[in-house]
Amino acid sequence: MRLIILFLIGLVFGVGISISGMANPAKVLNFFDFAGTWDPSLMFVMGGAVVVTFIGYRFVLKRPAPMMDAKFHLPTRSDLDMPLIVGSALFGVGWGIAGFCPGGALPALGTGRSEVFIFVAALIAGIFAAKFLKSVLDKRATTQA
Amino acid sequence: MIETVFTPYASLGGGVLIGLASIALMAVAGRIMGATGILAGFFQPSNLSDWTWRAVLLAGMIAGPLVVLLFTGEMPAVQVPISTTMLIVGGFIVGIGVTFGGGCTSGHGVCGMARLSPRSIVATISFMVATAVTVYVIRHILGA
Repeated sequence: MRLIILFLIGLVFGVGISISGMANPAKVLNFFDFAGTWDPSLMFVMGGAVVVTFIGYRFVLKRPAPMMDAKFHLPTRSDLDMPLIVGSALFGVGWGIAGFCPGGALPALGTGRSEVFIFVAALIAGIFAAKFLKSVLDKRATTQA
Repeated sequence: MIETVFTPYASLGGGVLIGLASIALMAVAGRIMGATGILAGFFQPSNLSDWTWRAVLLAGMIAGPLVVLLFTGEMPAVQVPISTTMLIVGGFIVGIGVTFGGGCTSGHGVCGMARLSPRSIVATISFMVATAVTVYVIRHILGA
């Protein structure tokens, strides 16, 4: 039962991404191309998603626990550090080059288009490379300390 | 460059669905709807049940375009105006960036912003500015 509900939640997300235009690099890149072929559509995606989630979270997070889990798994950090800012900026550079973000590309795998598979393979390689780099940096930090 | 048509209603509708899915995932499983975290944890789950919820959620996401095909008779448009090399380079950089930044458009940009998390607000500003600058440089300075 839990897995069926989770599948349906993924499905709603996938349909949302599909009709929003987030799975279409041409549309994403045009959204950021203010000086050229600007297409403001994606403002409506993010605006709609943030406003709806903001309202929904008010109610959901007031409850003591989620319906099918012991507790809410929420990030607790609130400090601003360099990995957050530089990492996010780096993500932006990659997004500006490729036009796909992870949330846009994963549902787009369902279209069967080879470009999406190529992007996702590179994305996964990048994630593993960064995790490796992170573990090396962490190890160095602890041996120095 | 490919011109795209302004689609405010479809994009707003898509955004609302993304929001509803994010609320539902929090209400049911207590999890942030972040593509980066869900994907990274899929490859390195802490146990079997941690892997299954991610696998099922991802399967649902991937089935999304097929539902669109079923209802409209057309696959959602995926127009790629760049070379394969740029796709690979871009994808690799995105992977590094979201791992160090701890999230992407869905995790920071939607869920984190909706929680008014200072880290997510800063991350979102950082990647939105970097994306706009990158597109400007590639299209209008390098002329690619």
